[in-house]
Amino acid sequence: MTTSYGPLAVWAVIVAIGVVTYAIRFSFIALFGRTDAVPPRVGRALRFVPPAVLAALVFPALIDAQPTVTGTLADDRLIAGTLAAVVAWRTENVLATIGAGMVALWTLRFLL
Amino acid sequence: MSRLRSVPPEFSTGVRAAGPLLLGIAPFALVAGVAAANAGLSVVQALGMSVFVFAGASQLAALDLLSRDAPLAVVVVTAAVINLRMLMYSASIAPHFRNVAGRARALLAYFLTDMSYALTVARFSPDAPEQRWYYLGLSITVWLVWQAGTLAGVLLGAGVPASWGLEFAVPLVFLALLMPEMKDRSSVAAAVAAGVVAVAGAGLPLNLGLLLGALCGVVVGTVAEASVGVGAE
Repeated sequence: MTTSYGPLAVWAVIVAIGVVTYAIRFSFIALFGRTDAVPPRVGRALRFVPPAVLAALVFPALIDAQPTVTGTLADDRLIAGTLAAVVAWRTENVLATIGAGMVALWTLRFLL
Repeated sequence: MSRLRSVPPEFSTGVRAAGPLLLGIAPFALVAGVAAANAGLSVVQALGMSVFVFAGASQLAALDLLSRDAPLAVVVVTAAVINLRMLMYSASIAPHFRNVAGRARALLAYFLTDMSYALTVARFSPDAPEQRWYYLGLSITVWLVWQAGTLAGVLLGAGVPASWGLEFAVPLVFLALLMPEMKDRSSVAAAVAAGVVAVAGAGLPLNLGLLLGALCGVVVGTVAEASVGVGAE
């Protein structure tokens, strides 16, 4: 789908994300010497940000909750995604994961 | 020639260290470019995003939300949450840049990514003097491939038929990043909780399911770690 936002809004988002991201990157590098590292409690919580955010992005992209269990499970994206998850787990390789997932999706869509 | 010779050998070592990573970065960048084209961004906007943001997972999430016309504040907050992990990297790598002048430090910070962080910290003790050149050589190589890959993706993406479902490559990239993150019971608990809540909240307005899921995941992971006491590192 194409966004309905105009060029100005798109640029505003790009710059805003860029500024926030740079501030995060520079934070402790800039402060070093004037403050201690991340408090241990915050550090422990931050450790869970990558698995939590990534799972929150992946699950809804693969699972489209339907009224019936079969309806939910018989989804080409879920089947292809599960296969790709196994490949990702075994290889930890982005290219292999994309390859396995896309080939599985195309097989389900165009060949079966 | 004298200028060439003044480039420290650690810079070239960093460039070479980026080699194996590029196999993963190039397709990731390509997907970011394709996603930008699918979301309706121009070539300049797509490249602008890769230059200004230079953080793949957040770029893909932002493009996904933009294409679904999510409120702009939600787009920015989601991308920021995804990049919060770099706060840890910043704190952890800061001692390595202790002897670098202020302005150069500001430049080094721009290049901070999952990969540049992991490789630099793994290779050096904070006292080693040359790590900044290694970091820079590694980072600039990754940066160039990221920009080139985005450009190729955005030019390519516009010409691919919609029925190929190329946008499916986006969750696949996230999946490839997610699996290595689930390295102990607490992080698996965090991921499962986040995923389930995000699916349940998929219909919520403002695409809040994603943020709510991520928040629940972090809470569950923290609680799981505190109660079980495993997997601290």
